[in-house]
Amino acid sequence: MYAIEVEKLTKIYGKGETAVTAIADATFQVKPGELVAILGPSGSGKTTLLTSIGLINEPTHGKVVIDGANIADEGWIPGLDLKRIRREKLGFIFQAHNLIPFLTALENVMIALEINHLTKTEAKHRATELLISLNLGHRLNNYPTALSGGEAQRVAIARALANKPKVILADEPTAALDTENGKNVMALLKKLAVENHSAILVVTHDHRMVEGFDKIFEVRDGVIAQETKRDS
Amino acid sequence: MNLAIRDIRYHRGRFILTSIGLGLLLGVVMSMGGIYRGLFADALAVLDFAKADIWVVQQDTNGPFAETSRIPEDIKYRIRAVPGVAEASPLSFQTIQIERQGKPFRFFLIGYDLNGFGGPPGIIAGRGIRQKHYEIVVAKAMRMEIGEKIHLGLHDYTVVGITGKVVSSGGDPAAYVSLADAQDIQFKKDNYAIRNDRERIGANLAAIQSLSPAQAKYLQQNIAGITESTHTVNTVVARLAPGADLKEVQERISRWNHFRPISVEEQTKILTKGMIEKARMQLGLFRIILLVISAVIISLIIYTSTIDKIRVIATLKLIGSQNRVIVGMILQQSLLMGAIAYGIGYVLILLTYEKFPRRIVLEPFDLQALFAIVMAICMISSFVGIRKALKVEPAEALGG
Repeated sequence: MYAIEVEKLTKIYGKGETAVTAIADATFQVKPGELVAILGPSGSGKTTLLTSIGLINEPTHGKVVIDGANIADEGWIPGLDLKRIRREKLGFIFQAHNLIPFLTALENVMIALEINHLTKTEAKHRATELLISLNLGHRLNNYPTALSGGEAQRVAIARALANKPKVILADEPTAALDTENGKNVMALLKKLAVENHSAILVVTHDHRMVEGFDKIFEVRDGVIAQETKRDS
Repeated sequence: MNLAIRDIRYHRGRFILTSIGLGLLLGVVMSMGGIYRGLFADALAVLDFAKADIWVVQQDTNGPFAETSRIPEDIKYRIRAVPGVAEASPLSFQTIQIERQGKPFRFFLIGYDLNGFGGPPGIIAGRGIRQKHYEIVVAKAMRMEIGEKIHLGLHDYTVVGITGKVVSSGGDPAAYVSLADAQDIQFKKDNYAIRNDRERIGANLAAIQSLSPAQAKYLQQNIAGITESTHTVNTVVARLAPGADLKEVQERISRWNHFRPISVEEQTKILTKGMIEKARMQLGLFRIILLVISAVIISLIIYTSTIDKIRVIATLKLIGSQNRVIVGMILQQSLLMGAIAYGIGYVLILLTYEKFPRRIVLEPFDLQALFAIVMAICMISSFVGIRKALKVEPAEALGG
């Protein structure tokens, strides 16, 4: 079973003469444990693709299946609790880490768990474990402003992993980092994909950062132009 | 995890400053309410302390507080004789402004019959007036010492006692002197006026041709008495005998003595509805305006705070947070801000209300009602922020 199945996914903004096709007929699959990059310049439609898979942006046409569950088929499947699916099956990593500024590193991870109905004690235990595993044990009680860019992004990764999602979607996760920290984050994602058996879909415009990825899809003008398979 | 508390903890400096600002505003609202209540208390203070059932005043007037009323002092005997009246006592009232220690010093002088009632209600220091002349009991608010002298009219008066919070309807502190002294201060003419009156009345009498020489001589001898008389009072207060009917007594005084007998209920109405109505309405309006300003400020603060948190809210939505988590964060912050600001305002007013120039009366009901109103305002004001928050798209969390 695939973690992500996308079939002829199309997203059109606007109507009539002003209609703009952001993504056209995108079709691909991602297996659990695979690290996949969607590569393309700004405005190519890669973020639209990510948000459509991430249940944020309703596809105009096509099909999206996450962890075997049919999510979209010519629009969202009626009756689905999109928030619950996002909470349980998806993890998000953002360009600018998006940590909540008034929560400590530990609380930033705990909030994702508490939203998913874990008790405070369970959430604290799991969040502490995760942060320690990402070498952030000494930063548990620090606010995001006291963390370096790399540390903040690792906390964001911990938050994305908190609910053990089947799919992790990362939007330009290295854009705010220097090359070294960027490479470290990508290496960490690769390690986590294997360890957690999660499919990780990374959107980036930086070719240097996709070294060692299992698949790379290049997007140009809304069309997936090329799929490159690499040895892990 | 309580996000509202976490946000406040992180931005505590900003939150405390905002709450202090709002607290000052609510303190002003509370003081307005206190002044509003104080106006009533002040207006009715003399009325309450006199403990009279009827205020007999000059016919066709609303005296002695709302209008001038002058009646002969001797009326007290006629009022006492009315069936149903247990006791009657004359009173005089006068607002005096003198200069003391280089500053204007204003107070309300009450003259009372030392053998009657209507005198100082409770002496908190010194003693009451014992001598018929030149002794004065002053309200605490006049800040005078026992033994201190004050010059009124032609004489010096010695402070022999201090009484509590007795004020005029205008809020001026009250002082008590004997009726005779009060009449002297209020009605005694200066020598020039007396001489003028003597000459005028004498000339008028001389012009009356119909008087016999004996009558003319007798009247000439009494001119001095007529011109120097100060036996006038502003009101005679009466207390009813047990079981006496108020309406019946009023009817008798009105019909047979040709004075206006005002009941306490009527006097209360004259004082509250007539004299302080405009001030009361003005204060009420101010309170409403201040509450509207508070509502606008709270709305703006909550809205601005929500705008600051757009990315946080979008991120929370993106990671699957329920709307109630976001709504709860905004609502709790708004209510907490209101509660803390109310507390600050309350402490502020509690520490300062006795230092206000006018009496502030803090009624528990008013304070509780204001708390409920503030909470309601906070709740309604937070809707602006909540509406904005609910419109935030999770996609706004993406991008740089």
